[in-house]
Amino acid sequence: MSKQQFEISAGYKKWTNILLGAGVLTLALGVFFLAMSKDEVAQTRFWAVLLQNSVFFLLVVNASMFFICATTLAMGGWQMAFRRVPEAISSLVPVFSALAFLVFAGIIFGDKHTIYHWLDKEHVAHDPILKGKSAFLNPKFFMIWTIITMVVWSLVGAKMRKLSSQADEPMSLEESKKFIWNNTVWGAIFIVFFALTVASTIPWLWLMSIDAHWYSTMYSWYTFVSSFVAGMSLVALFVIYLKNNDQLGYVTEEHLHDLGKFMFAFSVFWTYLWYSQFMLIWYANIPEETVYFKPRLEGPYKVIFFLNLITNFAVPLLLLMRSGAKRSFSTVTVLAILIILGHWMDFYQMVMPGTMHEHYSLGWFEFGILALYAGLIMFFVGKGLAKKPLIAKYHPFIKESTIHHT
Amino acid sequence: MALKKFVVGCFEDEKVLFPAVEKVRKTGYKFHDIYTPFPVHGLDKAMGLRETSLHTAGFLYGLIGTTTAVTFMTWVFTKDWPMNIGGKPHFALPAWIPITFELTVLCAAVGMVLTFCYICQLAPFVKKHTFHPRATDDLFVMVIECGEHTSEDEVKALLNEAGAQEVNTQVAEEGWWIGRYDQEQELYKEPNIA
Repeated sequence: MSKQQFEISAGYKKWTNILLGAGVLTLALGVFFLAMSKDEVAQTRFWAVLLQNSVFFLLVVNASMFFICATTLAMGGWQMAFRRVPEAISSLVPVFSALAFLVFAGIIFGDKHTIYHWLDKEHVAHDPILKGKSAFLNPKFFMIWTIITMVVWSLVGAKMRKLSSQADEPMSLEESKKFIWNNTVWGAIFIVFFALTVASTIPWLWLMSIDAHWYSTMYSWYTFVSSFVAGMSLVALFVIYLKNNDQLGYVTEEHLHDLGKFMFAFSVFWTYLWYSQFMLIWYANIPEETVYFKPRLEGPYKVIFFLNLITNFAVPLLLLMRSGAKRSFSTVTVLAILIILGHWMDFYQMVMPGTMHEHYSLGWFEFGILALYAGLIMFFVGKGLAKKPLIAKYHPFIKESTIHHT
Repeated sequence: MALKKFVVGCFEDEKVLFPAVEKVRKTGYKFHDIYTPFPVHGLDKAMGLRETSLHTAGFLYGLIGTTTAVTFMTWVFTKDWPMNIGGKPHFALPAWIPITFELTVLCAAVGMVLTFCYICQLAPFVKKHTFHPRATDDLFVMVIECGEHTSEDEVKALLNEAGAQEVNTQVAEEGWWIGRYDQEQELYKEPNIA
């Protein structure tokens, strides 16, 4: 029988420390050389990279809670064998919320026009389009809605995780029914709020407002899917890591197959939304809309733009299509890493063209902050996994998960 | 078409069926097929059927659809009849994606359905032998093909012992089979329980 409790191994700790060390060093150097520099481009680079990473990783870890709530509402039992993994990942939401809040506070109260040019009051006064949007795009609304969002995500997520702990103790039939009902209610609350935030307002505020003149109704869905497919890849990575260490005994390749299907299907769905957004704008060819794609398709971001399609569509489509590939631990590991990095690049090309324009760089600071967030994820997920037994032994659906067969 | 002899065993429960399948495979008799009222998870693996190549065929059909769509539209709009449509380039790839996608799906879907019908020998003019009318209702019907050296009585005894409710012998036509799919059966291996 495999181990019931996760213990952080020496190797895991070593890599966490290396990544965290590199990340903190980068951040310190970044504060010193970029944020405190007189050069406006360097300052913008500092805030834009922090914005990209803090938003991306916050949405990625929050996608885990979305996965939990969606499967709860669908009465899905198959994921119960590794349910504690997305739970541990989602326990990062308060931490990453706090970090993202600091970044937003820095941008909004630091009056960084180069990031959000709607912060410039004089400019807005003479700009009829931004003036029209000012009821939505103003610092007060931005900060209040951001705080509400982060607090509700964190609280409802914490409630779902707390409910899950009940399944570590034996339950009677009546208690089980009540347990499922409670899960359903809280899951539904989360999903509704998730739709109001990630699937609509939050990407408008945090990312789309970088190009404040431009708008796209596809944008929020596109952002959500990007973060969801990366989130599922992150879950798959941790499941594989634990399985390699002789933990999560109930997980078989059947469960991995379903995780692989999520990665495959949502990569395709991402492409569908990417294309829907791109094709309509390309075809209509209206200047106020094509302004978004000009720097990406023809300008300095051309390489990243097409690389994005290869890593996030072509490679997952072709390599994950066979059912054997989705059941292979090594293939899923490689593709999960590729998908996470690919969507990190996707967020990069969402943020940079509107902030850095042609002065973009992809160097020590960008990858250093990526290492910082990877380290934070390893550190906090490791802690979250070690806190509870890895399997909710008395969950009513656990049997369904152990005999799961695709 | 050649007539063949089949031993038919009927089971009422999946729980009896699976050990019986294992038993038959251990002794090495050849399954013609097992007819079930509903899809039974894991039965294909228990029977040792090799994985179907239908999806590979589907991928190839899809590829044919993609290439047909892209090459045809390229030829029409750049060589045969170039037109200025809204000032777009003649080679307007983004605008063609929907048609390419549709043709890919159409070719893959229709091709796979036809291939499936061929593999299962389903067509309006093919008369299939029904081994037991209750196979579509509530009975799991295991059909074992008798070769030259197969002892009919031994198979019957085996099925009876394995818990079959009803055992009989039937002679039926094999069907117009050309492929090799029905001849490939994996040898039984003890499952490796680690």
